[in-house]
Amino acid sequence: MTHHDLMRFLFGRLSLDAIPYQEPILVWTFVGVAIVGAAVFGYITYKRAWIYLYKEWFCSIDHKKIGVMYLVLGLVMLLRGFSDAILMRIQQAIAFGGSTGYLEPHHYDQIFTAHGVIMIFFVAMPLITGLMNYVVPLQIGARDVAFPFLNNFSFWMTTAGAMLVMASLFIGEFARTGWLAYPPLSGIAYSPDVGVDYYIWSLQIAGIGTLLSGVNILATIIKMRAPGMTLMRMPIFTWTALCTNVLIVAAFPVLTAVLVLLSLDRYAGMDFFSNDFGGNAMMYVNLIWIWGHPEVYILILPVFGVFSEVVSTFSGKRLFGYASMVYATIVITILSYLVWLHHFFTMGSGASVNSFFGITTMIISIPTGAKMFNWLFTMYHGRIRFELPMLWTMGFMITFVVGGMTGVLLAVPPADFVLHNSLFLVAHFHNVIIGGVVFGAFAGITYWFPKATGFQLDPFWGKLSFWFWFSGFWFAFTPLYVLGLMGVTRRMGHFDDPSLQIWFRIAAFGALLIFLGIISFIVQLVVSIRNREALRDLTGDPWNGRTLEWSTSSPPPEYNFAFTPHVFDQDAWWDMKTRGSERPTTGFKPIHMPKSTSAGLVLAVLSAICGFGLIWHIWWMAIVGFVSVIATAIFHTFNTDRDFHIPAEEVVRVEDQRSRLLAHQV
Amino acid sequence: MFVRVLQKSLVLLLTSATLAGCNAVVLHPAGDVALQQRNLVVVSTLMMLLIILPVMALTLIFAWRYRHSNTKAVYKPDWHHSTQLELVIWSAPLLIIIALGALTWVGTHMLDPYRPIDRLEAGRAVPKGTKPLNVQVVALDWKWLFIYPDYGIATVNELAAPIDVPINFKITSSTVMNSFFVPALAGQIYAMPAMETQLHAVINRTGEYEGFSANYSGAGFSDMRFAFHGMSAADFERWVAAIKAGGGTLEREDYLKLDRPSVRDPVQHYASVAANLYDAILNLCVDKTKMCVHDMMAIDARGGLGLAAAYNISRLSYDLPRTRSDAPAPRREYVTALCAADPDPIAGSTSRPLVSSALASPLPNGASVRFAP
Amino acid sequence: MSSSASNAMSNTEPSGFYDLSGSHHPENGTMLGFWLYLMSDCLVFAVLFAMYGVLGGSYAAGPGPKELFELPVVAVNTSMLLLSSITYGFAMLEMARNRKAATLIWLAITGLFGAAFVGLELNEFVHLIDEGAGPQRSAFLSAFFTLVGTHGLHVSFGIVWLITLMVQVSRNGLTPIMQRRLSCLSLFWHFLDVVWIGVFTFVYLVGVLR
Repeated sequence: MTHHDLMRFLFGRLSLDAIPYQEPILVWTFVGVAIVGAAVFGYITYKRAWIYLYKEWFCSIDHKKIGVMYLVLGLVMLLRGFSDAILMRIQQAIAFGGSTGYLEPHHYDQIFTAHGVIMIFFVAMPLITGLMNYVVPLQIGARDVAFPFLNNFSFWMTTAGAMLVMASLFIGEFARTGWLAYPPLSGIAYSPDVGVDYYIWSLQIAGIGTLLSGVNILATIIKMRAPGMTLMRMPIFTWTALCTNVLIVAAFPVLTAVLVLLSLDRYAGMDFFSNDFGGNAMMYVNLIWIWGHPEVYILILPVFGVFSEVVSTFSGKRLFGYASMVYATIVITILSYLVWLHHFFTMGSGASVNSFFGITTMIISIPTGAKMFNWLFTMYHGRIRFELPMLWTMGFMITFVVGGMTGVLLAVPPADFVLHNSLFLVAHFHNVIIGGVVFGAFAGITYWFPKATGFQLDPFWGKLSFWFWFSGFWFAFTPLYVLGLMGVTRRMGHFDDPSLQIWFRIAAFGALLIFLGIISFIVQLVVSIRNREALRDLTGDPWNGRTLEWSTSSPPPEYNFAFTPHVFDQDAWWDMKTRGSERPTTGFKPIHMPKSTSAGLVLAVLSAICGFGLIWHIWWMAIVGFVSVIATAIFHTFNTDRDFHIPAEEVVRVEDQRSRLLAHQV
Repeated sequence: MFVRVLQKSLVLLLTSATLAGCNAVVLHPAGDVALQQRNLVVVSTLMMLLIILPVMALTLIFAWRYRHSNTKAVYKPDWHHSTQLELVIWSAPLLIIIALGALTWVGTHMLDPYRPIDRLEAGRAVPKGTKPLNVQVVALDWKWLFIYPDYGIATVNELAAPIDVPINFKITSSTVMNSFFVPALAGQIYAMPAMETQLHAVINRTGEYEGFSANYSGAGFSDMRFAFHGMSAADFERWVAAIKAGGGTLEREDYLKLDRPSVRDPVQHYASVAANLYDAILNLCVDKTKMCVHDMMAIDARGGLGLAAAYNISRLSYDLPRTRSDAPAPRREYVTALCAADPDPIAGSTSRPLVSSALASPLPNGASVRFAP
Repeated sequence: MSSSASNAMSNTEPSGFYDLSGSHHPENGTMLGFWLYLMSDCLVFAVLFAMYGVLGGSYAAGPGPKELFELPVVAVNTSMLLLSSITYGFAMLEMARNRKAATLIWLAITGLFGAAFVGLELNEFVHLIDEGAGPQRSAFLSAFFTLVGTHGLHVSFGIVWLITLMVQVSRNGLTPIMQRRLSCLSLFWHFLDVVWIGVFTFVYLVGVLR
């Protein structure tokens, strides 16, 4: 065995050349990340919080803590994804008239790919999963999810995927294919480097987490509702969570399978999607969108639920048309499987096929429109308080309808022929994702923040953040609509026509406003945490809420509810309040709870190691990683010490404390 | 009639008022197909505004009227259902979608890129006996090759056509997916390797227009642009004649050189083109050591060549020898000499059908991208 | 709608807002959760079947199913898997009678049938690759190896799982937890059987017949 062979065995494709030290942007990014990382590390060490963090958070199987960790992950990754956005906006604002900007294609192409992948998989997904994780068990009066350990494992798998994407920044490179990595471009012939492999394995690992979390929340909603909570008495957010998780369970396996096929093409020389030996790249495009379109609804349905809760609460009114809201959600769920082809009308399908998918797409706008009207008529005859969550909801209602309109426009195949792949399309999906998912995530975070922490968010910085985001969105994306009508394509690194530049500069200004919005949000968090005593909410029900999560303390005790509530109405807590329900203060019993475990964290770390080995062709590492994953999983099944009882005295202590606080409040 | 006039004036109003300042080519195209597509964009938008504008207005009105401080407004905390309202809520969008759906069905069939055009402009049918211009389009890494089979010439990164003559494009790609798009002329359609898509269009005004790839295809994508010239018939004939006089040939070897990745290629003209070059490109067999895809598919339709041909593989590998890697192409472990027992009936075959029945239609199943049953 | 959905519980009794007796225990969701997982796995196979459906005729001027598949061997193989499903059924019956030893014996027989199935399949794969008909030879073979191989991987994983459960049953006995786990594996095992019937029909039989 020569030296070369040995190095090849030990390190696969990995060598010092994979460190991009010749790229100043990446070096400075690395320095910045290292400084911030060292500061956080040092702070935690200084506070001697490592053991606390590990035991109380990383190993926790409490759905509330896992929900919060999902949200933290989503917000941290938002910073990364948004940095990519700023880089792109600056590049496109300056790369004119012979100038190719400051990013050469090799770098720029990675940035737009990473931006899309990160924003969908590691920002939007964790944010909505975090909200569902936190809120759903509370809303249905449960003490945890159906599979608490699996929940922790799912979270760490998502995080492991995110870490692999982050690693690609400093070790090697990310894919240069666009966020869905169409072959043959993503095949081994035209993308021979590690970028697509980072893409595949980060999504596979995170995808397993998402799928299991889908199974988990679904089983939770079906099996663990409080007595009396029939399906038609479920809070609307829980309904949307139910439908979203049906979509997750029914869509993510397709993503898993299609990525397996792509990796077999790349790793084993097979020919599913290559031009060689009779492969068919169109199958990839079909399959990835059979996952990809439901994915859009996976993201938007839960925020529709958030908006429903928020509108109803802040209008001080029962939700208008609850039943039609439920049916609209179900209809969207089913129809989302019948529209995937509208992402590639331009592939040359016949006119009848194209019109079929165009019309099914339009039909989805009917239940969506019905939802919009239901929110409107919930406000009608209400008493609307414009607190932060309501502000985000208003911003959504104004913004989203425009995105919906351009979406239906793109569903008309001949219109799509002139607008497909253009900046008009980019503007459209940012219009629905920022105006819908992001605004919804912020509405949800600001709505449930006092529940999770026991204190309110500072309204001044929150309003600032909202107005920066809202105006920033319109400044950033109206120009892209215009540019699309000027025939400008997406994913361009530089331009010839100088008349376009002004629009890109306006868009860059919009991105700057959004940046200020993000900064304001961070400041809002910091200010709120520092003023937490002044912002404290002792009631557990700061908004005069309607659903069960507001019936318990803020933050809720580990066991959520000392006594499982009985439900008689869809607005269960409102019903309890109006009919004078008394909070029981005696007769507490021991509560059966699951135990924390490190197995999820260990399994995810081992999976990431396995993935890293596969990416760099370090086969020993991949094999060791894979075998250890299996071995750890088997070992974990031998662990029978999985649950315990919170003693009645402990419950009494916690509940008495709350009684004192409530009395103090009055 | 009144509707048409109204529609026309609305279209004009909307397009001129909103984006007068900039050259919004999608809203001001120069070809009839793109114009019809533009009209569909505008009409659909107007139809949807019928519902979008009231919703936006109601949102603001309700938000203002039912604000918390307005104690004069009616407050009905338990009012949550009204059958009449629900009917309106569901039927108003439904009606719009029924209308839009009908428009979509008709529009999609009329503007199917595979359908030969039957009019040059509104009210001007294609005269009987008009010979359309045929153009074969190949997306290369990262430039465009246009072959004019009627004239035996070819160009790189330059396309020209006479005005008011139907143009029939046949489109393919060499390596990865691209999208052929001249916004002033007609909507885009994908260019895919080993597959052919079609586009039928006409240009109505002379001028120089932009064309490009609208689908990301790798490092040189941003520069994958060409000029499209709409010319008078006489100018076009002169343009063709100049190319013919200019010399330069595009033989198979020249094409294989051209096929290598490059960016910002200058415009190139070829006075002659190898016979059936486009078919060979489409079937990935410009390199004569490769088996043509349609031959392969014809063989497959008969059940393959059996075990004897199991090792007959180097002729079927199109991508790997053209890898974009700097490193040498990854080798398949078992690429060896061709099996001696292989009858090899098609060595050197170019694009002539091996099994004529299988090729009665231009290309069997996978090669045409229609999802025909 | 909500009013019509009211159930037997009294709608007017305010004291009933909490389960003070602590008697409410949410149902165990394991079987449902596992069923949901199986349905998602089913979709993975659906994708692989679809791939095979599209690419199953792309022999790339190479060998097709007629030359490659040996139905008698596949028939033996299929019977191994079907028998293993029956023996798993016997194991479950013994489990219901709470007979630990008999359960373990039937599980062991099931595992042996499963191993025989995987062994025969591996043998077929090696044979094909020897003939030059490996997964890289054509899109048809890529789809074939992936579909059949994924099923084989599932069976192999099932065997590892089976052994794990046998160790646990022999240590812990047929506790409710073990019974639930055995039921999950039972679902998994029969599910793989059903998938194999699809593979046998659409890949092997149709392949040889057409």
